[in-house]
Amino acid sequence: MGSNFAECHPVGFRFVMLAREKGAEVIHVDPRFTRTSACATKYAQIRAGTDIAFLGAIIRHILESEQWRTDPFFQDYVRHYTNAATLIEEDFRDVADLGGLFSGWRQDYYCPDTWQYAGMQRVLNLADRQEEICRLKTTQSWGMHAGRTVGGPPRRDESMQHPRCVLQILRRHFAPYTADEAARICGVPAERIVDIADTLLRNSGRDRTSSVAYAVGWTQHTTGPQMIACSAILQLLLGNIGRPGGGIQPLRGHATIQGSTDIPTLYDLLPGYLHMPTHLPIDVGLDTYVWNEGGATGVWAHTRSYMVSLLKSYYGEHATAENEFGYQWLPRIHRDFSHMPMFVDMHAGRMEGFILMGQNPAVGGPNARFHREALGRLKWLVVRDLFLTESATFWERAPEVQAGEVRPEDIETEVFVLPAASVLEKDGSFTNTHRLIQWHHSAVEPPGEARSDAWFVVHLGRRLKARAAGSAAERDAGLRALTWDYPVHGPLEEPDMDYVLREINGYRWPDDPARREPLETALHLADDGSTACGCWIYCGVHPGTNRAASREPDDYVSPGWGFAWPNNIRLLYNRCSADPSGQPWSPHKKYVWWDERERRWVGADVPDFPPDKPPDAPGDPSLGGLEGFAGDWPFVMKPDGRAWLFFPNGMKDGPMPTHYEPWETPVENPLYAAHGRNPETRIWEVAGNAYHGIGDPRFPFVLTTYRLTEHHTGGGMTRWNSWLAELQPEAFVELSPELAGALKIANGGWVTVVTARGRAPARALVTRRLRPLRVMGREIHQVGMPWHFGYEGLVRGSAANELVALVGEPNVTIHEGKVLTCNLVAGRDGAAERPGAP
Amino acid sequence: MGRSLLRRASATLDRWPVLRQLAGEDPDRAAAASDRTRELRPRTDETRTVASVCPYCAVGCGTAVHVREGRVVDVEGDPRSPINQGTLCPKGADIFQYAVNPNRLTTTLYRAPRGTRWERVSLAWAMERIADRLQDTRDRTWTAADREGRPLRHTTAVGMLGGAALDNEENYLIKKLCVGLGVIGVENQARI
Repeated sequence: MGSNFAECHPVGFRFVMLAREKGAEVIHVDPRFTRTSACATKYAQIRAGTDIAFLGAIIRHILESEQWRTDPFFQDYVRHYTNAATLIEEDFRDVADLGGLFSGWRQDYYCPDTWQYAGMQRVLNLADRQEEICRLKTTQSWGMHAGRTVGGPPRRDESMQHPRCVLQILRRHFAPYTADEAARICGVPAERIVDIADTLLRNSGRDRTSSVAYAVGWTQHTTGPQMIACSAILQLLLGNIGRPGGGIQPLRGHATIQGSTDIPTLYDLLPGYLHMPTHLPIDVGLDTYVWNEGGATGVWAHTRSYMVSLLKSYYGEHATAENEFGYQWLPRIHRDFSHMPMFVDMHAGRMEGFILMGQNPAVGGPNARFHREALGRLKWLVVRDLFLTESATFWERAPEVQAGEVRPEDIETEVFVLPAASVLEKDGSFTNTHRLIQWHHSAVEPPGEARSDAWFVVHLGRRLKARAAGSAAERDAGLRALTWDYPVHGPLEEPDMDYVLREINGYRWPDDPARREPLETALHLADDGSTACGCWIYCGVHPGTNRAASREPDDYVSPGWGFAWPNNIRLLYNRCSADPSGQPWSPHKKYVWWDERERRWVGADVPDFPPDKPPDAPGDPSLGGLEGFAGDWPFVMKPDGRAWLFFPNGMKDGPMPTHYEPWETPVENPLYAAHGRNPETRIWEVAGNAYHGIGDPRFPFVLTTYRLTEHHTGGGMTRWNSWLAELQPEAFVELSPELAGALKIANGGWVTVVTARGRAPARALVTRRLRPLRVMGREIHQVGMPWHFGYEGLVRGSAANELVALVGEPNVTIHEGKVLTCNLVAGRDGAAERPGAP
Repeated sequence: MGRSLLRRASATLDRWPVLRQLAGEDPDRAAAASDRTRELRPRTDETRTVASVCPYCAVGCGTAVHVREGRVVDVEGDPRSPINQGTLCPKGADIFQYAVNPNRLTTTLYRAPRGTRWERVSLAWAMERIADRLQDTRDRTWTAADREGRPLRHTTAVGMLGGAALDNEENYLIKKLCVGLGVIGVENQARI
């Protein structure tokens, strides 16, 4: 679901096809009938953005089924490995009681104190600041990690019958999600939903596992993370997590999307998912920061070691116990400053300078014209890319400039364009979708003045550090302390990337590079400044040799091919592949198990568990860390060692997934009339970003955007390549024969897609891949448009992002690019006069 | 002279695949190859092969980059990779066009405020000027604390946005430098 696997990750899809050849069922649920649907054994056409209603009906069907309730496998897995038996606070109220809101709602944000385990309290260092944390609305989640809860241990009812235990709360929560109700919401026939639920049930259990794959079709929604959470609930109920052939596969959309959150270039994170400190008192010092970030139990109990080692790699000899290892030099965040709010600031003239590296928001950003206008209000802009992208030429080539609405002479922005080196021309690593870190070697020198982005950053940093060297200003103290001794080589003075990877991996102090002793595992990280580590979850990637560059395949999980973080574990939480007593659930699904003779966990993979903790070890949280874990608590990242079917912390918009309509929708939410859309949705009511109302008669159709095999993202890496340009030469809009007939639009003719943000003329592709759906007793038409095009390159066409709004999901502020409403107008809509169009 | 011509013609005839096959040599093997075929060499012959990874989607297909005399002559799927086993999709098969593509940017360009054209500038000039701009904006807009005196130590007037084909090491350096500068506006394609 939420993925067109066959067309967007075609080489990975080979494995799905191999499984199908061996008899596996392949289920595809998508608004469009794609090549993935054509390769599936079962297909459901769904209204875009209603995935939680669909999954909710499947969860309900499974919870109520005789097979699930009586099969000891499901019951044992769920009882031991999830929080199904844990009791929740008495004050918790579900959405059914409060018209679409959970308890804890404070006008425009949630405070999660009623979502806690019974007898435990979420305590921030300064309890009276809790409200302020919730109100801050950054994309940080208070408690995404361990959360600091006190009291306990959590109360449990091993029979899972107590009305306040998670399983019963879950059962009541999903009770309204009948197959018939989901059918009305999603436009999928009820019998097909039931058939898919039964298929999943039949293909899960002791001897079988099912896997869920999703992509940006799930994430780009105002309920995106909750859709993924909903699939996690489904997979946990079916015992499909931590077992071979199971899991949830996030099909990342770009080479190192995974890596760029692990080692983030994100405003709210430091490497290894440590939070950037805020200006609030909870982050006033290293001690309070660690107290709030870490927990007492689980892997996060060692947060101080991770943070101190990071500070040591940032500030080197200047990081000492006396100065909190330089913690006070860290900049503080004070609000959401992610992509969209940053461009809103830019649009309002509150930013002066911006540096783009391989990103093309002039056509790739939601509400593309808004992004171009924002770029035009900067004083200076640096664009580094392989080609002369739309973000470099917006001042002379944007549709509004060509239409004469904006004059280049009126755009103040000073633009620097620096040619970038491609993957063929640099050393470095990607972290691919499976957490697999793979090194690529430079094959040739970059052409002309092209340089790697590392070259740009290292040499820019050298200049800025040199200028700050003699400064006594307080603002320069952190910059002066920053270690920046990166060696360069060759006539181009490109930085030595192996050296950088070694800094990321970590080493023992002292800092003398010649005497650096690399670390082998994050278990060796210390909190006293005796280790440095640029990203604790990557520790082990370079224990003297570059394991990311290792290329030794085998015919199973290939531990010798690249390095998977953490600790080269290929399958996370793989303790779950054995039963509570440590034995394989079945010979067929044997993966990691307890060897009684060797007294350790053994198998095909590195155990994601303390290697010599026996399965019958009792839990004693007072011991802290993983030492206090019982032998059957497989989820080492969670403070209670169990996977969460109910989320006491971590999600801002509720402790369980709930069907909310997309921000722009043709219909009301039949479940919760008063709060039909996600109440925490982030909106920006600014000029140029008007929204459509619910059921807005001006915009009656549902629009979804998508990718083609032959182009990539906003087209910045493909539209300048002649082979690909020839394969996919033009923008188009997909619509059903029924809608085309009603609007008198001919296949191959022109059609203009219209929203309150913009217009996008393109060729009509009239196809039965899209069908009208029956939703809430009405006929709903869906329309699709690929989003790769723009006004530069060998192939040009309307950017779908001209249509999309700035609207954000509350946990991560991702935009809702996969569903919005629109109108269609036959013809080119004066596009002949709009040179940006084809 | 005439005799040598005859000898050459006879030698040519001897190698003529049709005659050799008629004479009973294995019709599927060496006998079927013409002189031209025998002299043909694969494009990847005598090249240096460099292990790389596809920069498009996140499946992580291994690639083998064939290099001769400092030039890329071919890019193909790495047959050793357990991920793609030598295969590539249309985009992956097009990585070659990063190396051989007249549309690649190879010079530094500058557009002055309110300018109507590009100017060629040197990379060193641009780097110095960018450092000037960044330092000036950052120093002028530095905010040490908010009105309540809570520490901020940052500027919100500068931002960076990177694509998700930046290497992990590059992201590490970007974040580290931004932390040093107090630039909190660091974002990535991974967000949206």
